[in-house]
Amino acid sequence: MSLKKSILRGEPMIWFTGSALGVSILMILGLVGVILVNGLSFFWPVELEQITLKDGGSFLGELSSREPIPNPGQPDHLQKQRILLRVGNRDLYGFDFKWFDEDQVEKRELPPHAYFVERREYGPLIGTPVRIAEGEREIASGPEAVAAALPALVRQAEKDRAAIERIEKDEIGDINYRIEKARLRGRRLELLAREDPGSDPSRERAEIEKTTAEQQTLYESKTQELAVLVERAAATSLTVKTADGQEKELRALDIYRAYSANQLSWAGRLGVYASRLWGFFSEDPRESNTEGGIFPAIFGTVMMVLLMSLMVVPLGVLAALYLREYARQGPLVRTVRIAVNNLAGVPSIVFGVFGLGFFVYFVGGGIDRLFFREALPTPTFGTGGILWASLTLALLTVPVVIVASEEALAAVPRSMREASLAMGATKFQTILRVVLPAAAPGILTGLILAMARGAGEVAPLMLTGVVKLAPELPLDGFLPFLHLDRKFMHLGFHIYDVGFQSPNVEAAKPMVYTTTIFLLVMVVLLNMTAIVVRNRLRAKYKTGAF
Amino acid sequence: MTNDHMETTAPDTGLRIRTEVKASQPGAPVTSEGPDIVCRNVNLAYGDNHVLHDITMDMDDRRVTALIGPSGCGKSTLLRCFNRMNDLIDDVRTWGEIRVKGLDVNAATTDVIEVRRRVGMVFQKSNPFPKSIYENVVYGLRIAGIGDKATLDEACERSLKGAALWDEVKDRLDESGLGLSGGQMQRVCIARAIAVEPEIILMDEPCSALDPIATLKIEELIYQLKEKYTIVIVTHNLQQAARVSDKTAFFWLGRLVEYGETAEMFTAPKDKLTEDYITGRFG
Repeated sequence: MSLKKSILRGEPMIWFTGSALGVSILMILGLVGVILVNGLSFFWPVELEQITLKDGGSFLGELSSREPIPNPGQPDHLQKQRILLRVGNRDLYGFDFKWFDEDQVEKRELPPHAYFVERREYGPLIGTPVRIAEGEREIASGPEAVAAALPALVRQAEKDRAAIERIEKDEIGDINYRIEKARLRGRRLELLAREDPGSDPSRERAEIEKTTAEQQTLYESKTQELAVLVERAAATSLTVKTADGQEKELRALDIYRAYSANQLSWAGRLGVYASRLWGFFSEDPRESNTEGGIFPAIFGTVMMVLLMSLMVVPLGVLAALYLREYARQGPLVRTVRIAVNNLAGVPSIVFGVFGLGFFVYFVGGGIDRLFFREALPTPTFGTGGILWASLTLALLTVPVVIVASEEALAAVPRSMREASLAMGATKFQTILRVVLPAAAPGILTGLILAMARGAGEVAPLMLTGVVKLAPELPLDGFLPFLHLDRKFMHLGFHIYDVGFQSPNVEAAKPMVYTTTIFLLVMVVLLNMTAIVVRNRLRAKYKTGAF
Repeated sequence: MTNDHMETTAPDTGLRIRTEVKASQPGAPVTSEGPDIVCRNVNLAYGDNHVLHDITMDMDDRRVTALIGPSGCGKSTLLRCFNRMNDLIDDVRTWGEIRVKGLDVNAATTDVIEVRRRVGMVFQKSNPFPKSIYENVVYGLRIAGIGDKATLDEACERSLKGAALWDEVKDRLDESGLGLSGGQMQRVCIARAIAVEPEIILMDEPCSALDPIATLKIEELIYQLKEKYTIVIVTHNLQQAARVSDKTAFFWLGRLVEYGETAEMFTAPKDKLTEDYITGRFG
C-alpha cells in the first residue's frame, strides 16, 4: 500500500534522477582525479633504487611500476612479480626503462650519493657524480665535494645558457631577419625590373648590398662571440659514474637540474617539485617534446583562442542581429536558422578540410601572389598559420555564438525597444544603445561555449597550421610584432604528439597527463575570465529578462 | 475648468485628493489656443481586423485629455497612432488624417523620427533602460547627437525637476535606473520623455502598475506638466480620469462614443452607454 503510494507520488523517479546525476558527477570526478594524480605526480622527485641482479648486473633508477608476470597456461601465471625501473642513461644503455623479474633480483638498496641529472639530450643521467673538471684541471673530486660544488655549477650553466640564447635568438635572429628582408627587397626589385625594363634599380640595389654586407660582418662578429662563450662555458664538465661502472662526462652547459634523490629533505623535494612544475610551464620543449616544457603550446593555444574570439564574436553577433532584428521572419529565415544549428553538428575535420582548401590554398595563396610575390615559391600566407587556424575555428564555433546571441536578443524586453523608439531613436540607434548592451551577457555566454569548444579542438588545426615544434612564437619583438602567418603549437595537438608520435613512449606517458592538466586549466581560466566579464555586465544591465 | 463643481458632484476620495493638489497649484493656466491634435476619420486595421472606426476628435493645447473605455476598445491603439508606434507591428493599415501641431503624422513625406521627437510617450509598464539614471534621462539628447556635457547636465536637472524626482535622486544619478522604486522609475520615464522638450506627451495607463501613493505623485505631476505640455492619457481608472483630465473621450468597440468636458461627462453623460460604463454597470 505504502509502496504504491510512494510510486504514485513519484519517489522512485526522484531516486532515479538523483542517481543519474550522481553517476555523471562520479565520472567527471574520476576523470579529473585520474588526470590530476597521474599528471601531478610526474614532477615529484622519487628515490633512486639500486638493484643488483643475481647474474651480477647492477642498475640504478626510479621505481616506476610493479605488476604480476603473465604466463598463460602455466601454473605460475600471474604468481610472480616484476618491476619497471626508469634507469635513464639512454646514451649508454640504449633504453630508458627496464623490467626486472623480482626473483632475479639479488639486492635492492638506496645508495646515498645517487644523483638524478636532467640534461639537454638523451633523457636523465642517473648515477654517482665523481668529479667536476675545468678543462684538464680538477675542481672537485669525490661524492661529497662534487655535491657541494654542483649547485653553483648548475646555476652557472643556467646563466651561460641564457647568455647564449640571447645571442643566438635575439641578436643573430635579428641579423638574419634583416638579411632576409634585404634579400626579399632585392628579389622584388628584380621582379619589378623584369616587368618594367625602363626603370633603374641600381641605386636601390647598391643600398641593399650595403645593408647585406654590413649585417654579414655583424653576423660574423656575433658568431665569433658566441663561439668564445660556448667554448668557455663548455670547458667545465661533470663526470658521473653509472651503477655498472661506466663513466660519462657531461658538459656543464648541458645540465638543467641535478639533485641527490636519496638525501633530499621534504622541503628539498618540494623545491625540486615546484621548480620542475615551473620549468614545465615556462620552458621550451626538448628531445622531440618528451622533455622540457610546454610554454609555446600554452602560448599558442591562448593566442589562437583569443584570435578566434576576436573573429567569431563580431561575425556571430552581426549574423544574429540580421536574423533576429532585420530579416522578415518566415520560411526562409527558419530554414537558415535550422541550417545554422546543423552547422554546429558538422564534424570538425570537415571544417579543417574546408579551412585548408579555402583559407590556406585559395585566400592565402591569393595573398601570396598579390603581396608576397618576392618570397615565392616559399609560401607566406599560402601555408598553415595561426590566422587560418583561428579563422577555421571561428567558422566552426560561429553557430554557437549565433544561436546564443539570437536567444539573448529575443530576450530583450519589447518594452525597452519601444521606449527607445518612442524617444525618436532609429532602429539602428535602438539596437546599438539599448538592445546590444542588454543582450551582452547572453552573447558572452555564447562566446564562453565557443571558447570551450574551440580550445579543445585539434583535428581542424592539424590541417591549418599546428605543428609539432614551432621555432618562433606568433608574437615577438620584430615588426609587425604579431605574425599571423606563423605556424604555432597547441596543447591539444601536443597531447596527441607526445602520447602517440613520441619515440620514447614510457617517458612521454606522464607528460600526456600533465599537458592535459594544463589544457584543462587553460580552458577553465579562459572561461572564468569570460564568466567574470559576463557577470559584471549582468550586474550592470540587469533587467527582468536575464 | 470647473473643478470645484466636480468635487461637489462626485463624492469620491480621489477627488478630494485632487482638490488638495489643485490648492497647491494656484493659477494653473487653462487658456487654450485651439486644437493641438486633430483627428479626422481615423481608421486602423490589423490585417482584416478593423479596430478603429472613423475617429474624429480634437485635443486642446495644454490640456489633459483622458481616453477611457473597456479593454480592447482601441484607446491605446489610437494613442499609439499619434506617434506612429503602430508602425512596429506588421500588417497594420491606418487611414484618415491625424495632425499633431499641424504636422500630418501619416503623410509619406513625414519623418517618423521627427514625429516621435515631438510626441513623447510614457508606457504602462515603466521601462527605464538598463543604464544610469542620468543616461536614462539624457537618452533622447544623446540619440539626437548632443554630447556637450553642460547641455546634458542642464537637461537632466531640468527634466528631473520637471518630473518631481530631482530631490530624490540628485545624489545618485550614476546608479542604475532599475534600482529605483516603481513610482520613481515611472517618473524617470517621464523625465526622459520631457528631456527632449516634446510638444505632446502620451501616457498609456501610466499608473496601472503603481500603488496609490505613487499614483498620487504621478497625478500631481500630470497637473504640473499640463502647464507646458498637451497630455493625452489612457486610463482604466475612472476616478483617475475624473481627477486629472480636462476632457474625456469614451470608446466602445473601436468607436468614439462620447467626447466632452470631463466634469460634464462624469455628471451628465449624454449617451446611455457612457452612463452605464461610468456608473460601473459594465466594463
